[in-house]
Amino acid sequence: MSEGRQIGEVILDLKNISLRFGGVKALTDISFDVREHEIRAIIGPNGAGKSSMLNVINGVYRPQEGDIVFRGQHHRDMDTYEAAKAGIARTFQNIALFKGMTVLDNIMTGRNLKMKSNFLLDALYWGPAQREEIEHRKKVEEIIDFLEIQHIRKTPVGRLPYGLQKRVELGRALAAEPSILLLDEPMAGMNVEEKQDMCRFILDVNDQFGTTIVLIEHDMGVVMDISDRVVVLDYGKKIADGTPDAVRANQDVIDAYLGVAH
Amino acid sequence: MLYREAGQFKATYAEDSQIFPIRQDKIGIVLILAVAFVGIPLMSVAGFLSDYSFTAILTPFLIFSLAALGLNILTGYAGQLSLGTAAFMAVGAFASYNFMLRIEGMPILVAFILGGLCAAAVGIVFGLPSLRIRGFYLAAATLATQFFIVWCLTKVGWFTNYSSSGVITAQKIEMLGYTFDTAFSKYLFVLSVVCAMALLAKNMVRTNIGRSWMAIRDMDMAAEVIGFRPMRTKLMAFAVSSFYCGVAGALFAYAYLGTVEPEGFNLDLSFRILFMVIIGGVGSILGSFFGSAFIVLLPIFLNVLIHFLESSAGINLPSGISSSIELMVFGALIIFFLIVEPHGLARLWQIGKEKLRLWPFPH
Repeated sequence: MSEGRQIGEVILDLKNISLRFGGVKALTDISFDVREHEIRAIIGPNGAGKSSMLNVINGVYRPQEGDIVFRGQHHRDMDTYEAAKAGIARTFQNIALFKGMTVLDNIMTGRNLKMKSNFLLDALYWGPAQREEIEHRKKVEEIIDFLEIQHIRKTPVGRLPYGLQKRVELGRALAAEPSILLLDEPMAGMNVEEKQDMCRFILDVNDQFGTTIVLIEHDMGVVMDISDRVVVLDYGKKIADGTPDAVRANQDVIDAYLGVAH
Repeated sequence: MLYREAGQFKATYAEDSQIFPIRQDKIGIVLILAVAFVGIPLMSVAGFLSDYSFTAILTPFLIFSLAALGLNILTGYAGQLSLGTAAFMAVGAFASYNFMLRIEGMPILVAFILGGLCAAAVGIVFGLPSLRIRGFYLAAATLATQFFIVWCLTKVGWFTNYSSSGVITAQKIEMLGYTFDTAFSKYLFVLSVVCAMALLAKNMVRTNIGRSWMAIRDMDMAAEVIGFRPMRTKLMAFAVSSFYCGVAGALFAYAYLGTVEPEGFNLDLSFRILFMVIIGGVGSILGSFFGSAFIVLLPIFLNVLIHFLESSAGINLPSGISSSIELMVFGALIIFFLIVEPHGLARLWQIGKEKLRLWPFPH
């Protein structure tokens, strides 16, 4: 973690969120907040509701109860489009890239909300449309440089190995220049070196662009190393919330998730 | 050896994002266009090409390419299966006819564009189910378009100007005092329209709108999360696709057949165009042309071949049998191609180019 980074005010405040699918309670009365520029981890056993929590934050799921305060504005629930416009970007647990498109095109899609050209100008590829396309291409190339994927920029994503796909997906989220980045298990299924690379990218994003990061991860080493605060879910309920050290010492968390060394 | 991009460096993003960034491809497309616009007319003037080659081969090939291109935008790029292509063509043809008929001094190109826009409007309406259903279910819903439009054009006399048989005779194609009435001039007219529209389509699929279609096709949920709006994107795909099919339908009536009836735009035609897209290459502009060439040209080629074999072998098959053999060979070839390369001729072409780049080395 860098020294220059200043953790700011609360940017996202989730209050008493409850989400049900029929009789199944996915989330029950969960409240936690995210401060600007921090790295906030969500941990918990499988089925604890971690991904559902992210889906609530960017509007994929609409909770039955609760209040989401984002940048001082109250929302009963979020809308995916509004969330994207407000600067919330995310990656998915099972990579959700556009498999038939190249790496370059995938990352370009991340910039769609910043594009003003309409389809008639696009069809003519004339003047402003071409200029805009090239201007965004420059930004995308910066991200490609940052993630060190220059060599695959014209490869269709479906042909890439898993680790690189995860990296491209991060690139697509970064292309939107988000203020909050939601990462759903960015390191799942990776080897140690790939995890190290991914950690480095996450920390660099946080440090260089000041992006707030909400992260779900199962690798406790990673979580405890890079996150500022951790919230722990179990069976859709919050059982702990605090600094990595406090959470690690919490008896409920040890019982539900971490376990003890035998 | 000929197809190498070594030494061709791109110093700007503008250069890198050209449609044909490789020099050899550029030369290739210029040659093809030169043959199409200059070579073929010269051959025709010199008497090497009969009217038949225009009316039965080149013009329908181009018109079907345009229709396949339209369907490819919807099915190949935006991933929405449709069986209503012929219906959208019918709307384009009959709308253009009515604009020409009812508005004095209507320029033909404007009538075609308005016809295309009518088809686009119909496309949007019948595209609405795509917001809820997908895949085969959507295909079944678009089937409704097919039956409804043909029924509507047959039953409502106004569309066919109360022609007793339901057949309409397309007006002459006139522009700037010149009448396109020979097979050869109609070919040039169709060629110009198809080239212009293919270029526009290529530009669309390589910019934001095309990316939005492919995003919805590949992973609609992720597309929504990064800010594409599914409704707008899908309906846009239906509109643009139907516009292309509508213009193709107008050309079908005006430059190819001359007289058309609603029943001419039946489900058979929709399926033919769908086959063109599947065989040519789903999600490829070039593939639409390949597919159309395959479906339009191959039967003619088979016909010639079988007649040649018959005469050279000295046997005379009854006409029914030789045409059945044609169909059987044609069907077998379709199955063969789909097994060998399910992504169509465009993919074969791409693999060929990749191999050629490395030749004589395997990788």
